Formats: sequence, C-alpha cells, structure tokens
Amino acid sequence: MIRRAATWTLVVVGTTLVLSACSSPSMLDPKGTEARSVARIWWLMFGLAAGVYLVVGGFILVAVMRGRRTSDGRSSRISDHAFVWLGGIVVPIVILFVLGVVTVNTTAALRRPDADPLRIQVEGKRWWWAVSYTGTGITSAGEIHLPTGRPIEITLTSDNVIHSFWVPQLAGKLDVIPGQRNVLRFKITHPGDYRGECAEFCGIQHANMNFRVVAESPGLYERWVSQHRNAPIEPASDVAASGEHVFQSQSCAGCHAVRGTQAHGTLGPDLTDIGARPLLGGGVMTNTPANLARWINDAPKYKPGVLMPAIHLSTSQTKSIVAYLESLK
Amino acid sequence: MATTEVPPPSVPVHPDDAADHERHEQLEAVWGDPPGILGFFKTVDHKRIGIRYIYTSFIFFFIAGLLALVMRAQLAQPNGTVLGPQSYNEFFTMHGTTMIFLFNTPVLAGFGNYLLPMQIGTRDMAFPRLNAFSFWIFVLSGIFLYSSFVFGKAPDGGWFAYTPLTDRVYSGGVNLDFWGLAVIFTGISTTVGAINFLVTTFKLRAPGMTLNRLPIYVWSMVVFSFMVLFAVPVVTTAAGLLELDRLFGTQFFVPAHGGSTLLYQHLFWFWGHPEVYILFVPATGMVSLIIPVFARRALAGYIWIVTALVAVGFISFGVWVHHMFATGVPSLAMSFFSAASLIITIPSGIQFFAWIATMWRGVVKLTTPMLFMIGFLLIFLLGGISGVMVSVLPFDWQVTDSYFVVAHFHYVLNGAVVFPIFGALYFWLPKMTGRMLSERLGRWSFWTMFIGFNLAFFPMHILGFLGMPRRIYTYPGGLGWDTLNLIVSIGSLVFALGTLLTLINFFWSRTRGEHALPNPWSADTLEWATTSPPPDWNFEAIPLVESRHPLWDQQPLPVCASEPGPGLEALGPEGALARTTPFTTGLRAEPADTMHIPEATYLPFILAVGVAVIIVGLLIDAVLVGVLGLAIGGVGLLRWAWRTGEH
Repeated sequence: MIRRAATWTLVVVGTTLVLSACSSPSMLDPKGTEARSVARIWWLMFGLAAGVYLVVGGFILVAVMRGRRTSDGRSSRISDHAFVWLGGIVVPIVILFVLGVVTVNTTAALRRPDADPLRIQVEGKRWWWAVSYTGTGITSAGEIHLPTGRPIEITLTSDNVIHSFWVPQLAGKLDVIPGQRNVLRFKITHPGDYRGECAEFCGIQHANMNFRVVAESPGLYERWVSQHRNAPIEPASDVAASGEHVFQSQSCAGCHAVRGTQAHGTLGPDLTDIGARPLLGGGVMTNTPANLARWINDAPKYKPGVLMPAIHLSTSQTKSIVAYLESLK
Repeated sequence: MATTEVPPPSVPVHPDDAADHERHEQLEAVWGDPPGILGFFKTVDHKRIGIRYIYTSFIFFFIAGLLALVMRAQLAQPNGTVLGPQSYNEFFTMHGTTMIFLFNTPVLAGFGNYLLPMQIGTRDMAFPRLNAFSFWIFVLSGIFLYSSFVFGKAPDGGWFAYTPLTDRVYSGGVNLDFWGLAVIFTGISTTVGAINFLVTTFKLRAPGMTLNRLPIYVWSMVVFSFMVLFAVPVVTTAAGLLELDRLFGTQFFVPAHGGSTLLYQHLFWFWGHPEVYILFVPATGMVSLIIPVFARRALAGYIWIVTALVAVGFISFGVWVHHMFATGVPSLAMSFFSAASLIITIPSGIQFFAWIATMWRGVVKLTTPMLFMIGFLLIFLLGGISGVMVSVLPFDWQVTDSYFVVAHFHYVLNGAVVFPIFGALYFWLPKMTGRMLSERLGRWSFWTMFIGFNLAFFPMHILGFLGMPRRIYTYPGGLGWDTLNLIVSIGSLVFALGTLLTLINFFWSRTRGEHALPNPWSADTLEWATTSPPPDWNFEAIPLVESRHPLWDQQPLPVCASEPGPGLEALGPEGALARTTPFTTGLRAEPADTMHIPEATYLPFILAVGVAVIIVGLLIDAVLVGVLGLAIGGVGLLRWAWRTGEH
C-alpha cells in the first residue's frame, strides 16, 4: 500500500510539474498539430497505464499479504488459469487492440503531404542548423521563422553525421540522415518562440545544437519574409563599416556567408541576420555584444570541440566586428 | 491443481565412515584442480568458472555504476563543470557498453554456468574447456576495452556507435576501434557459451529429467542460448563491417560512396532488441524459480511460462525497427513493427500473471531474495507499461532519444534484470560460498536500492516530457529541468549505496555468515541436493529424476548406480571416480553414452590469449602482432584438437 501511495503521489506531483512548467519545451504543452495528437494519445495511455498499474500492483501486494494473514492462504476462488487467461491474455489484448487502433489512425493522419505547403530546407551541421526558405532566397542559421495555421513541410538533410530534428512543442522527431531526404510535415497552432534541439547523438557538441522556432501569424510572417528577402543594408556607422572590412579581410568570410557581400563561406553558419538572433553557438550563450566578442575571440573555450577556431583580434578590431555583426538584422 | 507440499530443510550429509572418507579422498584426487596460481589458470570446473564470471561481472557493474555517478554529478545542476563534453561522451559510451557487454550478459552466463549443470543433475558442462575459453575471452575483452582509458582513448560514439559518426572521417582516433573490436571479442565468448548451454541441456540431463521436468530457469537458458546464436552474429557483423570501414577503408556505411548508414542501424538493432530479451529471459527464469520457493508451492502455469519464453524468443526478432521509428522508414513498415512491439506484451503478461497466481495461492515468506522479486515485479510492471507506450508509433516520435526512453529502459534493464540478479545473489550465494548472507543487511540493501531506483529513474520520464534529450553533457537553467535532475542525481547516489550494502554483506558473510545447509530455502531443484558449497564432482551418483520438483516430491532423492553399458557406467560413484558423466537422449533423458570430463588444462587460456593478441594487432595496425596472435592461438587450437578429454 505504501508503495502504491508513493507511486500515486509521484505521478500526481509529476503531472503537476509537467503542467506548470510553462518555460519548458514540454511536449505536453503542444503548439502544433502533431504534438497535439501525441499529447492526446499520452493522456489516453496515461489513464490506461495508471489504471493497470494500480490494479496489477494491488494484486501483487494482496498476493504477497493474503497468505501471511490467513492461516490457509492457499484456498482461493480464482484459479491459476483464470489469472493467466484474464490478466495475461484477455485484458492485455483488449488494451493493446485499443492502442493498435489509435496508433494506426493517428499515424495515418500525421505527416501527410498537403496541397501548397510552405517549404523550408533544414540542414544538420556540426553543431548548428542551416535553414533556407525555398523560393525566397533567404538563408539563415539556428533560427526558423514559420507562420501559424499553414501546412509546413521541412526537408531535412545532412552532409555529415546523423542528427535529429526536434521541437517538442510542435512535433515528434525526425532524423536527419546523410544520403537521405526526410520530410517533416505539421501545422503550428499558436504563435510563439519554441525551443528546438538535436535529438540524435552527433558528436562532442551534441548538447549545444539547439535552435529556436519563431512562429508568427501569416501576416507577420510575410512581413518578415519581405524584410529579409533582400540583403542587409550597408553598415550605418563608421565603426560597423570598418567591422565589415575586418570581417572580409580576416578569415571570417572563408567560412561564413553574409548575403549581398563577398562572404560566401558555407562551413559555418550564415550570418546575414546574426544581430537578430537571441542565442549564439547553438545555445551556449545569449547574443549580447560582450558575449559575441568572447565567442569570436575564443569559441572553443565556450563550446569545446567547435569547428570555429579561436580568432585573435585586437581590441579595436573586435569592437568594430561586433558592431558590424550586431547591425546585421 | 495439486500444490506440492514442501518438506523441511534437509540435514547436511557428512561422510561418516572410513569408506566414505576414503572415497572422497579419491574423488578429490580425480576432480581437484592443481594447487595455487597454476590451478587457477587451468580449471575447467563449471562452478569455479561460473563464480568467476559472476565476480568479474560485478567488478564491471561497480565500475559502470561509478561512471554513472560521475555523469549524474555533472547533470545534477545546469551548466555543470564536473566533466567536459569529451569525458562525458566517453563515460556514457562506456557505461552502456559495460552494462550490456560486460555486466548483464556475462553475469547471466555466470549464473547459467554455475547452476545449469547442477539443476539438470550432471557433473559439468558439455564442453568444459570451451567454457573456460569463453570466460577468459570475456575477461580479456573487458581488460582490452578498459585499457582504452589508460591511453586516453576511450570510445566516445555511444554504446550503439552509429555511423557515420563512428567512421574514420568523424572519429579518427582508435577510440572506436576499442569499441568495435571489443564487441567482436565478447561476441565470441557469448556465442560459444550459448552453444555450450544448449548441448549441455540437451545431452547431459539426469535420467528421468524429460523436457517436461526441466526447471524453468533451464528453459530460460535454452531460449537465451538460441537467441544468442541468432542475434550475436549480427552485431558481430555490424561491428565487423564497421571495423573493415575503419581499418581497411571499405565503404559499407559511408553514404558518400553508396554505403548506407541505415544498414548499420538495421544490423545493430536486429541484435539490439533481441538482446534486451536475451538479458531479460534468464532474469525471468530466476524469478520463476525463486518465487515458488518462497510462496511454498509449485509455479503456476509451467507450460504457459515455457510457451511464453519461447514466444518471446521468436517475437523479439520482429520488433527491431521500433528503435528506428524516427529515421523515416515508410509508415506501413513502421506500423507492422509497431504492432509486433505491442504483441510482445502478451507473453510477458502471461508470465506476470503466472507469478501473481503463484503468490496468490501460496504462502509468501518475505526473505531478502523474495523482496527483490517483489521489487522486480513492481518495477517491471512500470517498465513494461512504458514499453507498450513507446511501441505506439507517434508517441515514440516524441519520446525517443529523450529522457523518457532513458527512464523506460532503466526500468527494464536495471530494474527488471538487476533486481532479479540481486535476488539471485541472496538466493544462491549460500550455495556458492557455503555462507548465508545477513538478512538484516539484505533488507536494508533492498529498500535502499528500491527507493533510490525509483527516485533516480521515475523523474526521468517527466524530464523526457519536458523536452530533455538524451546524451547531452550540459543543459542551461530555466527550462524546468533543474530540480528534477537534482532529484535524479540524489536517487542514483541512494541506489549506489544500496548496492554497496550488498557488497558489504557479501564480504561480511565470507567470514561471519552462518554456515549454509545444503538446502537452506527448502527449494525444489537439484543444485540444493549437494552440499553448500558443492563438491567438485557435484553428484557422486547421478540423481534419478521422477518429478518436476525432485527435492519436494522425492524424499530421499533416489540416485543411480553404475551398470555396464554405454552411459550406464557413468551413473554411479564409479562414474564420478572415472571423471565421467552420462550422456542422455535429447527428449527423454535416457542414458546413451559416457562423456569423459577433460582434465584441467592451460589450452583455453592460451587460445584466449592468442585471440586477444590478434585483436590488439588489429587495434594498433601491426601485422606482426597479428601473426604472433595467430601463432599462439594456432598452437593452442591444434593442441586442443589433438587432445581429447580422456588423456
């Protein structure tokens, strides 16, 4: 009984935690169609599971106790065969049948091709995500802007190791596999800012391969697209202009791209709108000018194993390049 | 349904007259190992090998546990600084690899080695030298794998070593070679062990022990062995092709050259999922043996359970793709594997309710082994339920590779395999060492482990829901993960303390424990007919089995006498004096021939060293070392082939 009560308490506490943790990327706080279906399945299964655990757990404890309490524990109206038939075969088949039907129905309804979806290409890199918006010319990294309500089709590819694309509040995982194009389809139901993660172990910095999805109403999304369709404007300030010069003359442009400039590198993340991104390095730090300076000067210190080397710049170079990058929005 | 009455514990048998004494001295001379360190390397005695298997596995268990504790220290709070990413990745790789390859599999093989020949009433395994070889391979492969830490090159690609992360391009060092070669290496040990269990079971059973009277535990080892034979060659193939890619530049798994990374995953999980049941089936075999002893009645539904075990053996080969639901396999195929994964619940359900029925209609005595069985039932129930959940395809898309799955498989592999193993320790160590463990300390150990276990692994389910992925060495604060991770870390420490109490109990019992009677628990199987610890020859005369529960139904236990004729001459004490044991027919266990049990020999050790040298040669890419290993192994093998057991 103690065990049962303890488990029950744990379940209740746990469930409360799940519901109250709004800041978590919780799959039980769904904001997309697929996540919503799965959360529904979960609550159905949770009900069944709690019932099964309490009933069967109760049988175990009573079975242990009854023989000790009564002098003749062996007399029982339930035969061995009744236990095996009912508990081991009939009841499980009924429950499994329900789950089987739910599985087949839900699976058939999810990830289906839609007419006229919004198409996005996402590429898993070590250890960041490259994003390009089909038909717009917009490229970016570590952040995906998407509209609510519209069917979305994300094509996932990798030219390196296997990753897995996961935004718990929107949809389940889909692996990103070299030599294969996997397509994830869902709709977003609520605008918001959702944490995304890599869910397949992909090497030393698997833990810091996070991204975010910014979901906006279709109108706001279209405005974002039209703003970013074109290359960023020329640097406004002198210090930013000299930063652009540092960027182009140092090794930066060899790996990074800034649309509309000479920088076309593809080894590292596209930096065209770096100034607008809240996080750096796949989530190792927030994007502030001070952090950006630290990152540029010694990225491996903050993300050991990162492919970007430490770039040793003078203080004035650092200052100007940070000003330049923060101006890219 | 008749319930078997249990007789009181039997009294120890002492050789009380001079003739007995003299015969025992003769038997000692025939069966004993050479003294000292030489004898240590020469033994082919299944009991010594079994105990060594168990002790060595437990050393690896505690090492893997320490790795886990350090990882939990790192994850106890956000932005932990205990471990860097490289060390963390090495630690979780080694933790998983150790638990599967160097603890769970060999510890079960160890119990099988120790118990199976005695439970079927024979004097050793069918291939005693192969048995010793299998043990030495296991030890050497463990040392080989752990030597990677000494060189600072521990494997870091996860225990599953998915390509292309583990190919030469992305894992340049020898780290992954340690892993791949160790997997191939231990595979040899497991495979020859399985062959040995099968031949022993089908050829060496005591007269009268028809298949219908086989103890459930032996049935579970039969299923275990068949599964090993079909599954392990596949993981050996996966690791072998990976090593060909790594060492010799083939392109089996390199997508850029037309290889397939998913092929690797199929091969790995074609072994990997049956492996879960390979570990689980013998554990349930122990449960099916221990519960009836403490419920004071025969197991309910013997035939049901045997059928369920065999069914699990088959169905478990049809579910491997559920580890790959997120890889983009076509959904029709996935639905099939989803359904198969649901169906495998039924054999487990049958076993589960047979255990409940056994207790329900029995009188349960709450000894320490029984506490572990009840703990197992309560934990496995939850692990089984979450197992059903993850076979539901869309749900799996969400929880796979999250902490929910970490919780699930620790409930199954730690809870439902380690708890029965601890129960088995409390149950059988008195037989092995001749000393009882402390019940009081045992109960403390159980409750500490049980509470620690649930504290450590239950909150992981919730962490999975909150979006925490597996295999991350750090996480930022503010995601709602902090408190739960702290609870998990505290729980893991409590669990570790619980296992430590059993370790203390073990050492305490060696000198202070009560001397064990031959059958301290009033159990029904034949190992309890021997003294504690048993003599080297197990049975001076082979028992004559007339029941599924010989020690309950046959008092006193009748034994065979030697008669002239094939097989018959080995039955009685004369057979023991000649270092022989009878061969019996496969189904009805009628004496058919005489098997001579080989003398103690260095050959298995030499051959194992030869294999180890070849493996090291492959690791360091040195042809000469490989040739040396071939020479050592070749000499051992030829000598082995030329020497039958009889001289």
